[in-house]
Amino acid sequence: MADSIRLELVSPEGVLASEDADAVDLPVAEGDMTAMSGHAALIATLNPGIIRTQRSDGIDEYVVTGGFVEVNATSTSILAQQAYRRSELTSEMLKTHIEKAEDELSRSAGSQRDLAETRLACLRNLTSQLGL
Amino acid sequence: MPSLKDLKIRIESVKSTRKITKAMQMVAAAKLRRAQEAAEGARPYAERMAAVMANLAVSLQDSESGPRMLKGTGRDSTYLLIAATAERGLCGGFNSSIARMVRDRARELVAAGKTVKIMTIGSKGREQLRREFEDRFVGHVDMTDQRQIDSAIAGKIAQQIQTMFTKDEFDVAIIFFNRFQSVITQVPTARQLIPVTVDAIGKSETASQFYNFEPGESEILEELLPQAVANQIFTALLENAASEQGARMSAMDNATRNAGDMIDNLTIVYNRSRQAAITKELIEIISGAEAL
Repeated sequence: MADSIRLELVSPEGVLASEDADAVDLPVAEGDMTAMSGHAALIATLNPGIIRTQRSDGIDEYVVTGGFVEVNATSTSILAQQAYRRSELTSEMLKTHIEKAEDELSRSAGSQRDLAETRLACLRNLTSQLGL
Repeated sequence: MPSLKDLKIRIESVKSTRKITKAMQMVAAAKLRRAQEAAEGARPYAERMAAVMANLAVSLQDSESGPRMLKGTGRDSTYLLIAATAERGLCGGFNSSIARMVRDRARELVAAGKTVKIMTIGSKGREQLRREFEDRFVGHVDMTDQRQIDSAIAGKIAQQIQTMFTKDEFDVAIIFFNRFQSVITQVPTARQLIPVTVDAIGKSETASQFYNFEPGESEILEELLPQAVANQIFTALLENAASEQGARMSAMDNATRNAGDMIDNLTIVYNRSRQAAITKELIEIISGAEAL
């Protein structure tokens, strides 16, 4: 059994999770990845998506609307823009996020526009992924 | 000498004032607890954010370019002062300490030949600054409908400020707010928002780590900086909200105590003059009887 890593999931409102996990699935902007013990130090941006932590006694799922992740050999800290426990996210909440992203897209230009487009696509994707 | 009736009315009026201040104090105490929890809840995020920023800043130290929000416009001729105050009064020196700080800084900058623009959050600060600086107002955020401060409102303010920055409307942005130290002490604080300053303490702590960046450092910075600014505003607003309730609580506590003292004094005066009236009547009766 591999060593566990320390997971910290914080959003501006507070700490959502602070626990040991065997592996953490992350929706990194460049593609999904899994952080495990001994991972090379990395700072990356997150797309809206699901964070899945795997522990010996089960799986926890969280939904983030973007943010950053800092991974190193022993810990993973996620700085979420906004984060929810999967069970707590309702379709109305997701809908307001999608509306906000649409609004952002309509106002942005240039490289910002690509980012906004990706965000919106990811958020829309979440709706079906979560079955909401 | 006021009549007995006047005194009685006066005592009743102070008593009802005391009831109001007492109630306000208790409401503030309840709100304070919530505000304090929110301010504390936001702390881990701000700390992590500072750590990530420090890491990025270390790896960007040598590069000349780097985003404008970090490096600044290269000038410091136009200042944006953001005054964060409350929507309500009756909280001691809370609003005026911020207004005074902004006013002092604005005068100082104007004297140094800089252009000053002022943005207000909360109407109390706006009222106090209007007389001197109305022509320098560039924006106002109304918080009356905001029952609880969330990151969304901070994000909106941040967006507004960033739009102004991209349009070159200012070079340096500073936010003024009350930092919550304890219920009785709130420290008026000025914090520079743009260009983003990196905490030197976090730097030495984490600089030993060597990080990979995905996508690139500049792309991450581009996304991180606006969020860092939003977060700074968010924490400032939270601290301010906690400070407001703390200030109101102690102000109302004082008011309640003062009202109590006043009631005591008035009651003594009332009793004395009532007694004097009785004595006077007695003397009149006795001397009347003796004269017969």
